[in-house]
Amino acid sequence: MGILEVKGVNKRFGGLQALGDVNLSVKENTVHAIIGPNGAGKSTLLNCLVGKLIPDTGSVMFDGQSVLGRKPHEINQMGISRVFQTPEIFGDLTVLENVLIPCFAKRDGAFRMHAFETVAHEKEIVDRAMHMLDDVNMADKKDMHASSLSRGDKRRLEMAMCLVQEPKLLLLDEPTAGMARADTNNTIDLLKHIKATRDITMAIIEHDMHVVFSLADRITVLAQGTPLVEDVPEKIKGHPKVQEAYLGQAHG
Amino acid sequence: MEAIILQILNGLDKGSAYALIALGLTLIFGTLGVVNFAHGALFMIGAFCAVIMQRLLGLSFEMVDETKTDFLGNPLKVQVPYVESWFGPELGGAIINWSVPLGIALAIPVMIVLGFVMERGLIKHFYKRPHADQILVTFGLAIVLQEIIKYFFGANPIQTGAPDMLSGSFDFGTMLGFDPNVIIYPLWRLVYFLFALFIIAGVFAFLQFTTFGMVVRAGMADRETVGLLGIDIDRRFTIMFGLAAAVAGLAGVMYTPILAPNYHMGMDFLVLSFVVVVVGGMGSLPGAVAAGFLLGILQSFASMNEIKSIIPGIDQVIIYLVAIVILLTRPRGLMGRKGVMED
Amino acid sequence: MFGLSAKDTRFLLIVVFLTLATPILLQPFPETSSLAQFNAGYPDLMQKFAIFGIFAIGFNILFGLTGYLSFGHAAFLGVGSYTVVWMYKLLGYNVLPGLVLAVIISALFALLIGFISLRRSGIYFSILTLAFAQMSYNLAYSVLTPITNGETGLQVYSNDPQILMGENSPTSPHLFGLVMRDSVQVDVGGWLFTFNIGYYFCAIIAILAFYISLRIFRSPFGMMLRAIKTNQTRMNYTGLNSRPYTLAAFVISGMYAGLAGGLLASMDPLAGAERMQWTASGEVVLMTILGGAGTLMGPVLGAGFIKYCENIFSKINDGVLHGWFAFMPDGLEDFVIALIHPFVGKGWHLTLGILFMLVVIFLPGGLVEGGQRLARLFRRKRKAGGPSRKDPEHRPNPEPHVAE
Repeated sequence: MGILEVKGVNKRFGGLQALGDVNLSVKENTVHAIIGPNGAGKSTLLNCLVGKLIPDTGSVMFDGQSVLGRKPHEINQMGISRVFQTPEIFGDLTVLENVLIPCFAKRDGAFRMHAFETVAHEKEIVDRAMHMLDDVNMADKKDMHASSLSRGDKRRLEMAMCLVQEPKLLLLDEPTAGMARADTNNTIDLLKHIKATRDITMAIIEHDMHVVFSLADRITVLAQGTPLVEDVPEKIKGHPKVQEAYLGQAHG
Repeated sequence: MEAIILQILNGLDKGSAYALIALGLTLIFGTLGVVNFAHGALFMIGAFCAVIMQRLLGLSFEMVDETKTDFLGNPLKVQVPYVESWFGPELGGAIINWSVPLGIALAIPVMIVLGFVMERGLIKHFYKRPHADQILVTFGLAIVLQEIIKYFFGANPIQTGAPDMLSGSFDFGTMLGFDPNVIIYPLWRLVYFLFALFIIAGVFAFLQFTTFGMVVRAGMADRETVGLLGIDIDRRFTIMFGLAAAVAGLAGVMYTPILAPNYHMGMDFLVLSFVVVVVGGMGSLPGAVAAGFLLGILQSFASMNEIKSIIPGIDQVIIYLVAIVILLTRPRGLMGRKGVMED
Repeated sequence: MFGLSAKDTRFLLIVVFLTLATPILLQPFPETSSLAQFNAGYPDLMQKFAIFGIFAIGFNILFGLTGYLSFGHAAFLGVGSYTVVWMYKLLGYNVLPGLVLAVIISALFALLIGFISLRRSGIYFSILTLAFAQMSYNLAYSVLTPITNGETGLQVYSNDPQILMGENSPTSPHLFGLVMRDSVQVDVGGWLFTFNIGYYFCAIIAILAFYISLRIFRSPFGMMLRAIKTNQTRMNYTGLNSRPYTLAAFVISGMYAGLAGGLLASMDPLAGAERMQWTASGEVVLMTILGGAGTLMGPVLGAGFIKYCENIFSKINDGVLHGWFAFMPDGLEDFVIALIHPFVGKGWHLTLGILFMLVVIFLPGGLVEGGQRLARLFRRKRKAGGPSRKDPEHRPNPEPHVAE
């Protein structure tokens, strides 16, 4: 029984079958990659997991509870954090404030009227945020405006914002999309570091095979909205169906 | 039945004005992506074009009329408009009498130039700024424009009548086969309605049947793609702004016999026109026109005594009430497209 | 002190000092000098500084922090005024019950309007708030005449119940016997200082209002509001529900507006529907932007600046201008006066509009940002190349919404 169980999920957009009978099981403390050619339905699947879309049929269970029909913030409170393709951070706030906000969300829930407390007096939370920034080597940038960070640092900050919540499941949507090789390698190192230092389950949607094969414990290949195969990376590499799905598309 | 027709007719003139202003707002919003709070001021300036025309035609010189004497027995000095001295009292008088429709000739160039100047000089620099900044800077511009008009024309409404020929009422009921004197309708309101229909049809035809219009419509649908095609979309958008300004101005010129223009009439109409745009659906031209007429007519129905006695005050709030209900139930408005201003 | 950092405490104390010393500070010119017309130390104007300062501080909590641009805040201003005048009519001239009730009622109104309007964002939110305010305004003029007294405006009549009025109670607004319109005038040399009870009453409330806003700015709640302005998507995916945060901000700013409206009626026992008109809503937007949205002091400065200019500029007429430019040759004098004439006196709104446009175009951060730029320039000149880290206005957010 995995921490995330997707059963028989279908999603249609008008005449287009975006997802057809998707079954997926993500085991605790593993890195599970979902790969597939463009238009395979990876993003649709991800959006069904975080509450942005509601599947037509099927169930999505996280930690024994259904996520369907819940709003994104409720799903986050259940323990799912998400990293976006282009980093979503609070650009006008400082780096430290960016990390403080998820700390408050974790402690106080979706809403609390803490209008008469002072951020600077919340020692425990500030310490935790600083510790997190140390962990991703950004402590020296804590007073910078998040919008003035480099792209690599923005990605790093977004990861820190997700990790500081100690999520049970971290969803990553093409975390290296549009990155230069060096930045991609940095991100891989960061993810490896995260994987090595804490108990965390990750589901990665990714295009870049290099990223997938350096990190994943299990891989699901999605094609035309349906899972093709699911196996360990070594087996996926030489799998004929996978080559057909990828190469067939690449050459066709 | 007669009462219903009468109310529909009564709603048409206001509805026409709303539709014309909303049409321009939507053109500007759809093409340039700018929320123009100064659009009401353009309507107002259009109305003052009629006032200016009236004053220009009324320019007179003093002449001694030998045939008459004043009460002291001296020859009477009379003011004779130049127009009358040039064309004779008959034709000249008629020209002065028709100053409102003639105001159109003044309004078109004035509004187009004003539109160009506004777009090139100010709005252009706000394409990439947040919508709040666009609202604020055009709001400031609206204040400036109306204060300038106030400086030159004063704060009081200025009466500008329709031509005598078109200023009476006619019995619309008998034309439809009802009893006489049931549906009496002022002639000028009918003129205004037909005029509005003509302008609206013109704008739509322009967008539908010219290459220029095609590019603009494509730009409204997807600005970036059109930009990628290498079409100089900016220049066209400047022209669109001029066109939208002209539409607002024309709506203003012809409205003057219905409502004596004052410097703040633009703001009054702007607030309602924004509501109209939102109800019709941000970015939808047919939506803006349909919602304009719809709300004008609804407002006229709400001001019937029979309805006011059931729900007091409904005539004051009906438009806003409709807007609130529409925004909450159909956030994109009656004919709005997905993804307009939803970020 | 007061739960603030040392820096904020110093800042607050400066504000307190400036507020209390206003009657002296705004009277820099002797009565007999020709510049006396630029003095602003008279009660009526100083009360307006404090009251519209409160209004703008509250508006800033909504617009400055969350970025939601409300075009209908004047509705709460009107509600506050009507409530206070009604309390005069029913109970008596003590302002306290009215003010408390004004805050409560405007909070309820804000809760209702905010709950509905906040279902949309961006321009749709602006239009919804505008629609609600215009509805209130139109209703106040028509159907609600029994409550609002329509065009005449609501005022106290001699046959009103006023059940708490005693034999010796003051016959104008007061706080337990302290009559608002009473003043002490002190003549020092050529200077005339007026210490008005009403002003000090407003000033103390304004200081409290400022203190609360300072606390909100420094609180986790305030940080959340700024986060909403920056990125709602991230907010939601961080497990935070933005709706109650924005609603809370809306209600708080509505309460500030209700309080300001109540104070207007506390200084002058009248309430009219024109207070709810959308131009009044536009005015508070203007004050906030002009001073600097999202900054602590900005809205107060904006409110003061606009009210001061309104008073001074609109008093300048041709006679005054002729007095100023009398030293010029006649032709030149007339020419200069003709140039200035449209912008002063009744033309003050023209100046305001131009000023407003200039600020939005060139200085989106408002006067506060302008001051900072000047200070930075100045400091750089003094110690060339030195880092300029000081934050004279104690802004929580060094560069809010500089949209380039």
